[in-house]
Amino acid sequence: MADTPAKPVKNPRIPMPEQDPKVRARNFLEVPTGYTHKMAQDEAARCLQCKKPACVQGCPVGVDIPGFINLIAEGEMTKAIRHLWTMNALPAVCGRVCPQEIQCEGLCVVGKKGEPVAIGNLERYCADYERAHGTGELPPKAAPTGKKVAVVGSGPSGLTVAGDLIVRGHDVTIYEAFHKAGGVLVYGIPEFRLPKEIVAQEINFLERLGVKLICNAVVGRTVSLDELFDEGYDAIYVGVGAGLPRFMNIPGENLVGILSANEYLTRANLMKAYKFPDVDTPIPMGKKVVVLGAGNVAMDAARTAMRLGADNVKIVYRRSREEMPARAAEIHHAEEEGIEMFLLTNPTTYLGNDKGRLTGMVCLRMELGEPDDSGRRRPVPIKGSEFEIECDLCIVAVGSGANPLLTSETPDMRLNKWGYIIAEEKTGKTTKKGVWAGGDIVTGAATVILAMGAGRQAATSMHDYLMLGW
Amino acid sequence: MFKIVKREEMAEGTVILNEIEAPAIARKAKPGQFVILKANEDGERIPLTMAETDKAKGTITIIYMVVGKSTALFRDLKVGDSYQDVIGPLGKPTHLEKKGKVICIGGGTGVAVLHPITRAMKEIGNEVTCIIGARTKDLLILEKQMKEASHDLRVCTDDGSYGHHGFVTEVMKEVLEQGDIKEVVAIGPVPMMAAVCRITREYDVPTLVSLNPIMVDGTGMCGGCRVSVGGETKFACVDGPEFDGHKVDFDELWLRLQAYLEDEKKCHKEYCNLHKVQ
Ligand SMILES: Cc1cc2nc3c(=O)[nH]c(=O)nc-3n(C[C@H](O)[C@H](O)[C@H](O)COP(=O)(O)OP(=O)(O)OC[C@H]3O[C@@H](n4cnc5c(N)ncnc54)[C@H](O)[C@@H]3O)c2cc1C
Ligand code: SF4
Ligand code: FES
Repeated sequence: MADTPAKPVKNPRIPMPEQDPKVRARNFLEVPTGYTHKMAQDEAARCLQCKKPACVQGCPVGVDIPGFINLIAEGEMTKAIRHLWTMNALPAVCGRVCPQEIQCEGLCVVGKKGEPVAIGNLERYCADYERAHGTGELPPKAAPTGKKVAVVGSGPSGLTVAGDLIVRGHDVTIYEAFHKAGGVLVYGIPEFRLPKEIVAQEINFLERLGVKLICNAVVGRTVSLDELFDEGYDAIYVGVGAGLPRFMNIPGENLVGILSANEYLTRANLMKAYKFPDVDTPIPMGKKVVVLGAGNVAMDAARTAMRLGADNVKIVYRRSREEMPARAAEIHHAEEEGIEMFLLTNPTTYLGNDKGRLTGMVCLRMELGEPDDSGRRRPVPIKGSEFEIECDLCIVAVGSGANPLLTSETPDMRLNKWGYIIAEEKTGKTTKKGVWAGGDIVTGAATVILAMGAGRQAATSMHDYLMLGW
Repeated sequence: MFKIVKREEMAEGTVILNEIEAPAIARKAKPGQFVILKANEDGERIPLTMAETDKAKGTITIIYMVVGKSTALFRDLKVGDSYQDVIGPLGKPTHLEKKGKVICIGGGTGVAVLHPITRAMKEIGNEVTCIIGARTKDLLILEKQMKEASHDLRVCTDDGSYGHHGFVTEVMKEVLEQGDIKEVVAIGPVPMMAAVCRITREYDVPTLVSLNPIMVDGTGMCGGCRVSVGGETKFACVDGPEFDGHKVDFDELWLRLQAYLEDEKKCHKEYCNLHKVQ
């Protein structure tokens, strides 16, 4: 973007206070520190309260955005959070991690002339206010229906289903493969972007509502879907995410020092390896780090490596800046923290030493050619442009696929050609009776809000089934 | 929480047996499968292949050597104490088939993993020669159990204090020479499995090995456990842990196992200093 000498904007967006980039690049505390009450009210006052709000069109779950913003403007904080909750079960999470710039804020009319209303920051403020000042009062629950529901996977999708069905009077149990609940929210997204305390509180809230949580239960191994039906469950929701790491499949990929982003982030976040040796799980402390990919996962890995003491961290991505899939805020934060971008660059070979450890990689420079299937211009290698990057740690964040662990044990549930579960779009019903699915295991790696939206739709359909039949 | 109901020390306290209450896992476990254990909140997730399962009692048994901080933590758990987390059964069960004459060969704590496989091999009608070894007599484990589980047990010690003086591979060669061996199952330290496979390749006898790479989740979501088998990358936790030994790249496995050696030494030393043990 060219910097036109700015005319002072009349009604500027209230900036989010943040930790200084130099300081935060070496700590794990949350980067944005949150609005004050005054800031939130000033920002809320920027909303025009549109009669036909464009922002709502951009929200995958149709949150009544002007509605909750108006309540903040009026200082009715408790009402504001209650209003949000009716449409979004995890506002503290979504306020922090949704790609607002391509959803609600991307369509906000105020953004046509200046900067859009900071809808995400306000959503976050509401939820944080409730955590600090709320009474923790539980919503009312319907009388017990006597129906039992199993939810497989405790990511945002599964948590939404559990929350929606417990208040409708069903008996809900979550089965989670890991030793801790939360899915990507605990093992993937780092502390400095989403404090684990917030996720823990959300899960505690569900437990207080009566949701039972069984961790260390790998469905497909410890117990199968059919065995769950045998145990007396009336309906099952499968929200196991897209947890199969993709690698580059280029020579040298099994050298020591090359990790999938899943492994690197799981060590750092779930196993808290950034506190090693105070905790027992180690993590490679790279000095010269390369991260392959340019999505949220890549940004999280790069920023984690910086915080673990790297001298330099490079993002290597084969397309151009425009195609980078990460949230704008993450790219901006990463660059502020000193992460270098090697765009239009693609690795072809890893290099190692006689101890089998990574020492570098050979890359090719790319240029953009004709559009490909995804409509994005296809990167094509420039002949003879090979060059070497020195590195002792490489984190591969080039996407993920469907983990076949559960689905391969469930032959009567149909999958698409990539191994994702086929589910009805409006209801989440799968081809196996009594089983619903949603989130990343249906759509492929997507977003928290889409996973939650799918959970909400499925919960409604499951409730109908439990009360009326398939 | 997963309570320890029985604890035994073997091999002069360097090897520990824990029988653990885990009914859901015991119900489903088959020979060759493993579990992941974590002692406490800040503990590491450690994969161990089950040595025994008891469906009726709802327990599983693991046998491990104390090698680093995490296994030292395990060692310090007493009967009545609990593991915070046990996950399983993971991995594919051993493919059992009646083939005729087979050799089951094990070293170190690999013998514990080999035991249920040997027994199952015999139960389905194979004629099983079992070869086990250790550095010295006092470090040998499960001799009696292995004798019962096989038709013929051969024992080796590196220092000659008991049985054959020398390596298990030497005895295996003798047995192979007699001919007609249809399959070898080898479980133990990486150099041992690699040595076994070098020999059985010469004799053209199919060989199954059980691999123990570094793991995190054990469900195929991290790729930390990747091994090269026949030039392809496999995830040992879901595609294995057992593989065709003639196709495994043992050199790569060995190097990958050293990834955190320095970190582990540091961590173990601090733990030992703190707890006044060596
Ligand atoms: C590092 C990272 C950063 C991200 N950043 C963002 C972001 O900024 N904004 C955004 O909107 N989205 C982001 N995403 C994507 C988002 O997190 C996912 O789309 C979302 O979490 C999907 O939710 P889910 O409930 O479908 O699955 P998941 O969150 O993946 O949860 C699935 C759960 O199921 C469990 N499970 C798997 N298999 C089994 C089994 N067989 N038995 C029992 N349990 C099982 C898993 O352990 C896991 O806990 C990010 C993802 C990653 C990895
Ligand atoms: S589009 Fe912008 S100004 Fe209009 S209601 Fe939504 S947030 Fe407010
Ligand atoms: S241990 Fe993570 S994929 Fe095998």
